[in-house]
Amino acid sequence: MSTSLLLAQLLNGLQYGVLLFLLAAGLTLVFGIMSFVNLAHGSLYMLGAYAFAVVGTQTDSFLLGVLAALVTGLLVGYVLEKTVVARLYQRDHLDHVLATFGLVMFFNEMVRMLWGPQALFVSLPDALSGTVELFGFTYPSYRFLIIAVGLLVAVGSQWLIHRTRVGMLIRAGSVNPTMVGALGVNIRFLNAMLFTLGAALAALAGAMAGPILSVQSGMGESVLITTLVVIVIGGIGSVQGAFYAALIVGVADTLGRSYLPLLLRQIADREVANAAGPALASMLVYVLMAVVLVVRPQGLFPAHKDK
Amino acid sequence: MCSRFLLPAWAWVFFALLACVPWYASATDDNFLTAFLARVLIYAIAATALNIALGWGGLVSLGHALFIGLGMYSVALPALAGISNGWVHLTVCVLSCMLVGGFTGLMSLRTSGIAFIMITLAFAQMGYFVLVSLKQFGGDDGLAVVAASDFGAFNLSSAASVYACALVLLLLLTVWMMKLRESPFGMSLRAGRQNSRRVNAIGLALKHYQLTAYVLSAVLCGVAGMLLANLNAYASPSSMSWVVSGDLIVMVVLGGMGTVAGPILGSFLFMGVEEVLKHVTDNWMAVFGLLIVAMAMLGKAGVVGWWQQRAKADHKKVSTTGDVA
Repeated sequence: MSTSLLLAQLLNGLQYGVLLFLLAAGLTLVFGIMSFVNLAHGSLYMLGAYAFAVVGTQTDSFLLGVLAALVTGLLVGYVLEKTVVARLYQRDHLDHVLATFGLVMFFNEMVRMLWGPQALFVSLPDALSGTVELFGFTYPSYRFLIIAVGLLVAVGSQWLIHRTRVGMLIRAGSVNPTMVGALGVNIRFLNAMLFTLGAALAALAGAMAGPILSVQSGMGESVLITTLVVIVIGGIGSVQGAFYAALIVGVADTLGRSYLPLLLRQIADREVANAAGPALASMLVYVLMAVVLVVRPQGLFPAHKDK
Repeated sequence: MCSRFLLPAWAWVFFALLACVPWYASATDDNFLTAFLARVLIYAIAATALNIALGWGGLVSLGHALFIGLGMYSVALPALAGISNGWVHLTVCVLSCMLVGGFTGLMSLRTSGIAFIMITLAFAQMGYFVLVSLKQFGGDDGLAVVAASDFGAFNLSSAASVYACALVLLLLLTVWMMKLRESPFGMSLRAGRQNSRRVNAIGLALKHYQLTAYVLSAVLCGVAGMLLANLNAYASPSSMSWVVSGDLIVMVVLGGMGTVAGPILGSFLFMGVEEVLKHVTDNWMAVFGLLIVAMAMLGKAGVVGWWQQRAKADHKKVSTTGDVA
């Protein structure tokens, strides 16, 4: 349990956390403002990863791959909003669950049809595949890039939401969308824009995760469910909450997986620890969520306090 | 007539036809049919169970696969330890589902709306990951059921016996659901779905009804899981995956939420369409996904709801023409 290992794990947690934030930022707004349950958010992440893998490998350019992912996210997000999602805002949550569940099945099968069941692997350009020396300890430079991109998006979204007119409308919309509409704001356009933006962020997350995970059909589901945990912990509709919660979940999950089995070994039998350690570690974030729910059902950083 | 013979006539015909299937299958040497229909019946039990929480209580639980998985492992784990007594399996199943259902229900019911959906989903996923990480119980690969549940008078080692058991159980469950739906419990629960404030204002503690409904549906789902483990002779974490929970919701909505016949018809329709699509194309899931989207867009009256609307329209037509005459 050296400090360099701890530092590496902390950075890994941070990197996982910012990826979760990229997914959670868009989704929490869709939940909070449109009150729409979008299970297909993970599919957008998957499509982003595929766009990145396919275009990036063919053109041999990392940047073009990321650009392709962003464009895919924007396009698919916009089309989805116009064809399916916008028609369901007025319905109840069960219809949202059903429709997006069907979409997840469709997208998973579609990528399997187009690119086969095997996972795609993406190699990094030389400039990014090295490591960085930091206080006498080395860390992959690509993971630093992920952290940087995630923090950049966090700062950008903070600026967008608290310093611009659009952000003002978003904040107002999360409190009372009907009133915002009554004041003459084109709420349908605002919704479409938010959904598309969230889709693009999810696709960006997919592209960033592409080189460190395997790109395959169904990759969006597990990360979607962790994102849901992040949103519940952070408070539905709160981007700031999503950011803090994403970091908490990312770090807790990573540290839990590496240290819980070790800790258990100190207090329990080696065999018991080996058996229970991984199981407990995989439960950790869900336990965290349950605790938050008991103490503060509205989340740790709710979007508006008077509710 | 309904009250005298417990179920409407067409339901008795339906069950009588199903009861003939094993004889037909053994006469034609069709092993697939019994196993397939047994699976359909098991899902019909699970969908009926989910309907208590979803259709009556309005609790959109996206985590009922958790209880199917619990039921499956409460056969597989005792069997691994050498216990094949079916009553032990059933006790383990009912107790574990009550405990887990009670705990997750208490937690989840603190929230409502979107958060409820997400939390039930997260709990099921938690169960899934725990089973995947328990390598000594098969982990990702699942666990073979080495000994089928033995209830003394009968055991569940063949597909035909599971079929018979599932059919009897579904029949009993259907009769019970007919009664429960109209009982004070069912009425309060269904009233709460329409307007929770009014139910609370009358003086009924809706949360208690909802929790009871949630736990009841959890236990019944667990029993369905038990049967499924015996049918497949195999328990795997994938039975806890959220896709199974989603499938169950689709079955309930497809047939008609809140009705007694709906979940049963829904599961027959769902698995029938799935089977047909599998024969037509390898990429059946893409088509199936789009069908589900279309179903959601059309609204969620389901087959039974559509039937009732038509019957009502016909009735109106008859009465208006009667007035004219």
